[in-house]
Amino acid sequence: MSKNFQHLVSTAVPIAIENIDTDQIIPARFLKATTRDGFGENLFRDWRFESNDTPKKDFVLNNPIYKGEILVAGKNFGCGSSREHAAWAIADYGFKVVISSFFADIFKNNALNNFILPIQVTDEFLDKIFSAIEKDPATQMEVDIEKQSLKIVATGEETRFDINPYKKTCLINGYDDIDYLLSLRKEIESYEASREFNF
Amino acid sequence: MGKTLFDKIWDSHVVVSKPGFPDAVYINTHFIHEVTSPQAFDGLRKRGIPVFRTAKTRATADHNVPTIDQHLPIKEALSRKQVEMLTTNTKEFGVELYGLGHPYQGIVHVIGPELGITLPGMTIVCGDSHTSTHGAFGAIAFGIGTSEVEQVLATQCILQYRPKRMKIEVNGKLKKGVVSKDIILYIISKISASGATGYFVEYAGEAIRSLSMEARMTICNMSIEMGARGGLIAPDETTFEYIKGREFAPKGADWDKSLAYWKTLYTDADAAFDVVLTFDAADIEPMITYGTNPGMGIGVTQHIPTLESLEDKEKPSFKKSLDYMGLEPGSGLLGKKVDYVFIGSCTNSRIEDLRMVADFVKGKKKADDVVVWIVPGSKQVEAQAKKEGIDKIFEEAGFNLRQPGCSACLGMNEDKVPAGMYCISTSNRNFEGRQGPNARTFLASPLSAAAAAITGKVTDVRELV
Repeated sequence: MSKNFQHLVSTAVPIAIENIDTDQIIPARFLKATTRDGFGENLFRDWRFESNDTPKKDFVLNNPIYKGEILVAGKNFGCGSSREHAAWAIADYGFKVVISSFFADIFKNNALNNFILPIQVTDEFLDKIFSAIEKDPATQMEVDIEKQSLKIVATGEETRFDINPYKKTCLINGYDDIDYLLSLRKEIESYEASREFNF
Repeated sequence: MGKTLFDKIWDSHVVVSKPGFPDAVYINTHFIHEVTSPQAFDGLRKRGIPVFRTAKTRATADHNVPTIDQHLPIKEALSRKQVEMLTTNTKEFGVELYGLGHPYQGIVHVIGPELGITLPGMTIVCGDSHTSTHGAFGAIAFGIGTSEVEQVLATQCILQYRPKRMKIEVNGKLKKGVVSKDIILYIISKISASGATGYFVEYAGEAIRSLSMEARMTICNMSIEMGARGGLIAPDETTFEYIKGREFAPKGADWDKSLAYWKTLYTDADAAFDVVLTFDAADIEPMITYGTNPGMGIGVTQHIPTLESLEDKEKPSFKKSLDYMGLEPGSGLLGKKVDYVFIGSCTNSRIEDLRMVADFVKGKKKADDVVVWIVPGSKQVEAQAKKEGIDKIFEEAGFNLRQPGCSACLGMNEDKVPAGMYCISTSNRNFEGRQGPNARTFLASPLSAAAAAITGKVTDVRELV
């Protein structure tokens, strides 16, 4: 599967809860893996499953009506721990886009580093998305990275979102930060030579 | 116009700044631990590249380690594998490891400062959000994800956009029974769990200045709990006094030169912040959280907000949170029974925290039906506590002094609070399930936690000191 994408039309999964922290996205006891794979099955583990592993019927990921490659969540999504496992779990489950009215900083970086697009919209637009999905779970969202636009297809309501030009290029082309940093080797060495102490 | 402390340090670490690109920022010190590093080392292997500057990364095992019988092999297979992998990775790539059994082992944010690795003016990162702790020394320190850990291992640099700057001033003097943990819980309760997202915070004002280094670390540690990228405090005599003579601190002529530089690390009088917030220390009482994010805090004598006092949109999350906690909107917490007391974590597990608790509990006994875990932040803290006879005081009080690690702060090892039980905890997060599936957390200061250990319930410690 190619990691990069420019354009996506998909239904969305709504979780209208604020301050969803990374401990909810992937609880600490699932951080013991030493690879990046397989975290999707424990995404939102304790909201999704009873302690005896039976699915909780009232949780949205267990409701077959809701599906798609877009997750929509309340404000301050991804707060708390820096665990990139949260982004891995979201990606591994199959989400490519997360929409919220506010993202925690570290999560936002982690998401972008895993080719998940965090789209920040206004509180008002987020409400519009939630009510559109409430009315019709099959409602589709259209994401265009090049144009930086997000559209609720059924209503035609559209908003633009911010993404910095560097990350946009990375996302569209599937580049990562290390490729760029490795290309700066000469500059890094000359910076080091210019400092007497390590601070 | 003058510069903020943050900008002085940032500017002196920018290796490349290109329009449209994030800054490539040089990192002086990189801490790693077993949980967020294996995939980064794997990345290096796949690319066929080494660790670029091995001496600038230090490793320890803390998140997963048991806090009893550390001399025995780790029982839990996955934890053992992760800790073993840290050993093999650090060996293969030539990184120094303070693993289990090493006299320097401990929670990564406790050992950096106590070993004199953390110094003013540094840039410091770690795959752990509480890296902000090191900002107490006047360093730019922040948590990163594993892809970024790989970046730093590969290039000693990280790509970052410069955050906005916020100043938080706490003026005046703290009242009796109120300590640094209460200051930071108070600030977060006022500005919310996302109130500083996008900012780097500088803490200032008389109440901050008068704190010890360890108390300052508690403040900076929880910067992330209001969303801040990090928090820092300008270094001063308290800072220099703390660093001098520590294992890896500069010595002799290097010390003099370093000191001269560190004394330039302050915010210029005419520097501008994007936001300035001011609080009065006299308004702060011992704090406790009632909900499932650190912004949901109140003074210990106050009441949980009522549903009516909230905006409609906030109500579902608030209700979910109180349902989880088994608490009623509008109720008070004083006298609420607690089952567990956890004194530990990178927020409050240093020797001063243990001394504060020992002073308070000396000659007292814990309540019968409370389990009390004291988990020192490092082997050095543990050794010092024993040297001072603090271990005896805890033993007589019925407290269980364990071995160093992150422990019940996040329950990755066996130290979990059972479902439905209430734990008053000196850690930093009260998220659902944080201390164990369905465990319920009240965040508080070491002093308030000690008071609850003695009475068996949420207590206003001011009545006992």
